[in-house]
Formats: sequence, structure tokens, C-alpha cells
Amino acid sequence: MEMIVNPLIGGAILGLGSVLLMLFSGRVAGISGIAGGILFRAVGSDLGWRIAFVVGLILGPVLLKITTGASNGVAPAATTGILVVGGLLVGIGTSIGSGCTSGHGVCGISRLSMRSIVATVTFMLFAGVTVFVSRHLLAGG
Amino acid sequence: MKSIIVALVSGTLFGIGLDIGGMTNPANIIGFLDVAGNWNPSLIFVMVGAIVVTFTGYRLAFRQGKPIWAASFQIPTKEDFDGRLLGGSALFGIGWGLAGYCPGPAFSALTLNNSGIFIFVIVMLVGMLAVNMWDKRAVEVTA
Repeated sequence: MEMIVNPLIGGAILGLGSVLLMLFSGRVAGISGIAGGILFRAVGSDLGWRIAFVVGLILGPVLLKITTGASNGVAPAATTGILVVGGLLVGIGTSIGSGCTSGHGVCGISRLSMRSIVATVTFMLFAGVTVFVSRHLLAGG
Repeated sequence: MKSIIVALVSGTLFGIGLDIGGMTNPANIIGFLDVAGNWNPSLIFVMVGAIVVTFTGYRLAFRQGKPIWAASFQIPTKEDFDGRLLGGSALFGIGWGLAGYCPGPAFSALTLNNSGIFIFVIVMLVGMLAVNMWDKRAVEVTA
């Protein structure tokens, strides 16, 4: 149940977050785009909401921990080298490909955008192959 | 000010949802991607829950004609599949499969106060900045 009910509830709550951002501000809740905009796109009034969204992302688990005492956050098991390579590829890839799991995977698919559907299938496929190669071929598992 | 409050509430809900859904634990991500191993379906149910709510909510929002506190809906207009969309998504997928974090959960996991996740987020932002600077340079060269 923990792999079904909690994820469904969690997904519905983050979906509500993406709906509110569209309903009130007319913005897509694409996290790579929002964060990237803080670095290079934002000027004046465009900067505040982007920072507020990222602050909210960090605040959410804190509030959850305070109110329920529980948080699912677990520190990465990967080595620093893997985290550096992975982080760089995630940053470069989401910038070139105009989105990540939230922007393409949740918001884009919900708009039935073909670009987002193709992007989501592509990054899931490459992520799956990467895990297969690193876990089963290279690790010999 | 209104846009800041909306974004703060939206981001907080997003962070709570990611955490409840188990997305701030990279083992759940790798477990989902590892179809040849001990498969963990969590991520697909997070996606289903999120898409059902967003699909429905977006339709209700778009029916209003315009956002409540903004002039217009700002929605991506591109429709073509280019090398950037496919290549970028492929690179992102490889990084995601290696580290087990995509951008949202990475920010939410900053609360763990773990050096590995700080490094991941900083390097990710450097990657975003590098692409932007490269693109700007390319525009200047061609212009």
C-alpha cells in the first residue's frame, strides 16, 4: 500500500499545487524552468515568484516534518562523483530539453502536449537504460 | 505580492506532495527505473495522482479565460520535435538515472542538510547556467 496510496495522495497534492499556480498566476509549474529563470531570465517582478516557489519546495517537507513528525527524505546513496556528473547532466539536459519531470511529465502531459509526452518518454527511457547499465551490466548484479 | 504568495503556496504543496509520495528518497526513483530489478512502482502512482488532478484543474482554470491574478496564461507554444527536445531529455534521463534526483525532489531534499544533495543542486544550477550562456553566445555569433 505504501507504494500505491501514499504516492497517489502525494501526486494529488503536488497536482493541486500546479493547478493553483496556473489558476491564479497562469504559470506552468515546471521546476527546472522556474529555477533556471532565477539564474538568468528573471528581471524585476518576475524574480520574486520564482524564488517563492523554490522556497516552498524546501518548506513543504519541513512543514510536513513539524506537523506529522514524518518525512520520507533520504540522503543520496550515490558517490560525490556520480552526484556531480548526474547533477550536471540534469541541469544541462533540462535546460536544452526545456523541462523536467514536473514541467513535461506533469504539466505538459496534463495539457496533452505532444512535445512533453515525447520528452517524458525519452527521459524515462534513457534513465531506465542508465539504471540497467549501472546496476546490472557494470555492477554485475 | 499576490504572485509571490501563490508561488509560495504552490511550491509548498509541491514539496509536501513530493515528500509524501516518496520522491525525496532516491531509492524510490532508482527502484522505479530499475525494471530488471526489484521494481518499485511509486513514481508512476505519483505521476497518475498528479496528472489526474492537474488535467482536471487545468481544464477548469482555462475555462475562466484568464488567470485570477494575472493577465494571461503563459503556456509553451512550441509544437515541433527538435534535436534539442530529444537530446536534452536524453541527457536529463541519464543524469536522473545516475543520481536518482530530478530538479523538484532535489530542492525538497535540501532540508536533509546533506552535503551530497547540496553538491547536486549547485552543479545542476551550474549546468543550467552553462546552457544559457552557451545559447546567448550562439545568438550573438549568428546575429
